[in-house]
Amino acid sequence: MSTDRESTAQSARGQTETAPLPGSVGDRAIRSTRRTRRWGSWYVAEHRFRVMRSYAQTVTVTAIGNPIIYLYAMGVGLATLVDANLGADAVGGVSYLAFVAPALLASAAIAVASEEFTYPIMLGFKWNPVFFGMNASPIRPGQIINGIVISVAVRMFVTCGIFYAFMLLFGAVPSGAGFIAVFVALLTGLGFGTLLMAYTATLTDDTGQLAMVMRFVILPMTLFSGTFFPLGVLPIWLQWIGWISPLWHGTELARVFAYGASEPLWLSVLHVLYLTVLLAVGWAAARRITARRLNK
Amino acid sequence: MPEPVIVAQSLVKKYKDFAAVDGISFEVAPGESFGLLGPNGAGKSTTMRMVGAVSTRTDGNLRVLGLDPNRYGPEIRSRLGVVPQADNLDTELRVRENLLVYGRYFGLPRAQVARRADELLAFAQLEDKAKSKVDALSGGMKRRLTIARALINDPSILLLDEPTTGLDPQARHILWDRLFRLKEQGTTLLLTTHYMDEAEQLCDRLVVIDKGVIMAEGAPAQLIRTYSSREVLEVRFGSDLNADVAAQIAGMGDRIEVLPDRILIYSENGESELVRIVEAGLTPITSLVRRSSLEDVFLRLTGRTLIE
Repeated sequence: MSTDRESTAQSARGQTETAPLPGSVGDRAIRSTRRTRRWGSWYVAEHRFRVMRSYAQTVTVTAIGNPIIYLYAMGVGLATLVDANLGADAVGGVSYLAFVAPALLASAAIAVASEEFTYPIMLGFKWNPVFFGMNASPIRPGQIINGIVISVAVRMFVTCGIFYAFMLLFGAVPSGAGFIAVFVALLTGLGFGTLLMAYTATLTDDTGQLAMVMRFVILPMTLFSGTFFPLGVLPIWLQWIGWISPLWHGTELARVFAYGASEPLWLSVLHVLYLTVLLAVGWAAARRITARRLNK
Repeated sequence: MPEPVIVAQSLVKKYKDFAAVDGISFEVAPGESFGLLGPNGAGKSTTMRMVGAVSTRTDGNLRVLGLDPNRYGPEIRSRLGVVPQADNLDTELRVRENLLVYGRYFGLPRAQVARRADELLAFAQLEDKAKSKVDALSGGMKRRLTIARALINDPSILLLDEPTTGLDPQARHILWDRLFRLKEQGTTLLLTTHYMDEAEQLCDRLVVIDKGVIMAEGAPAQLIRTYSSREVLEVRFGSDLNADVAAQIAGMGDRIEVLPDRILIYSENGESELVRIVEAGLTPITSLVRRSSLEDVFLRLTGRTLIE
């Protein structure tokens, strides 16, 4: 995924490029930049962690508050109604709590993604153009994107880990392999998130596009991805929303691990592939767009 | 002469059909303070970005510290300090934190960055603001913090794009003082400005740029000698009369420039020109004799003033 201008740029007009003499300023520069060439992405992540610390309270409160609220409202409140009317294992062959919990876990990852891959990206390019500041240092544009992905992945992982702990506490995970659902959620959040980041990186002005994305992409996705009811309940002409939705793929896969939901192996493999492809495409696109945008 | 740290040959930057930089060439020696002087839109910032290895040139040759920015972008940037035209400090972090995270980008160990950050806060006279939020700083303080940040890697070359634009006179003088100290320490400075006094204060040598091309090159005093007279007499007769009067005094001094609000008479001796004007029976509303400046050089070269 090395599409930075440094590597693609040809040496100017075919002239021969000679390596700088040992001991010269240029040679020293080359040696002193090795660390940044290798670790630059982590330096950016370090920066982002510091920034996250400035809103650590929000991060903590949402990470702990959300699972309690959602698991209680859906998994206990709504579940009482569902289980009482349809029978204790009517949906997916398990209690409604066990059915809905993996979906809520994956949604929690999507929530982190939609927070971290939107406005902070807009901020870095425009409102408080720190990306340009980073770009003036030895950091490469691709490393800026890597650093953001790393830092968001960490936050997402912690958030999903906490969510999973509450799932255990609520008794929502029948299967011993349930913890794998945390990694599935992470893949879901990043698969969707990197695409979202690539899109945000193309925006030069926020004239409400991000609010539209929240309203007309993320919200419908959350509702129609087999989150609260199986996708099969929907008329066939609405089911495509689920098929293209990273959340549906993530949720279905998380259910396999959380309570052993039965689906053909090829479908599970497809879930993984689909999410991985989204992640790779989104990540590469974000790097490309950023490199182009910073090279003015 | 020592090996130049920046060599630009016929440098071109095009945006679609528009050439922002249209074939400029210059060299900067180590320890030199070199200026790009020109009005807004002259191509100064674009040149700076190419030298800063963040903007790929369209044509021409460029070597910074002997390296080609197309191939060695990060390596060149590791030895530069960059003060951009608009501050891009991280407002979500505190003052000292801005230095800490930035120092890490150069692969410096945390302890070394922390030590350097404290030294630079002292240099920028921001010690007591270390824990402040960036947004709580004044414009001048933010500029100083940006300069401190640019110095975190002890750069070989400091690039300053319009360093004092938008600052009040006192803040400008504090900044000039800091920059002058860096110059004394032997840091190479490359700066753009549209302020002639700034160029005169800080630059050993400069190029006057207009519309992407170099109009003249030299030391400030030398440029003034070449392109202007020693003194300038400025007289005002009121906007309606300036043009008429200009016709009457044609031939006085070495050269006359008629601006919308005043007439400039270039001469070795401004006082004696004023005497001749009064003897001709004309009474200016105001008159001023001053020494020629780079502003006059620019006016002579382009027929326009720097700040329009």
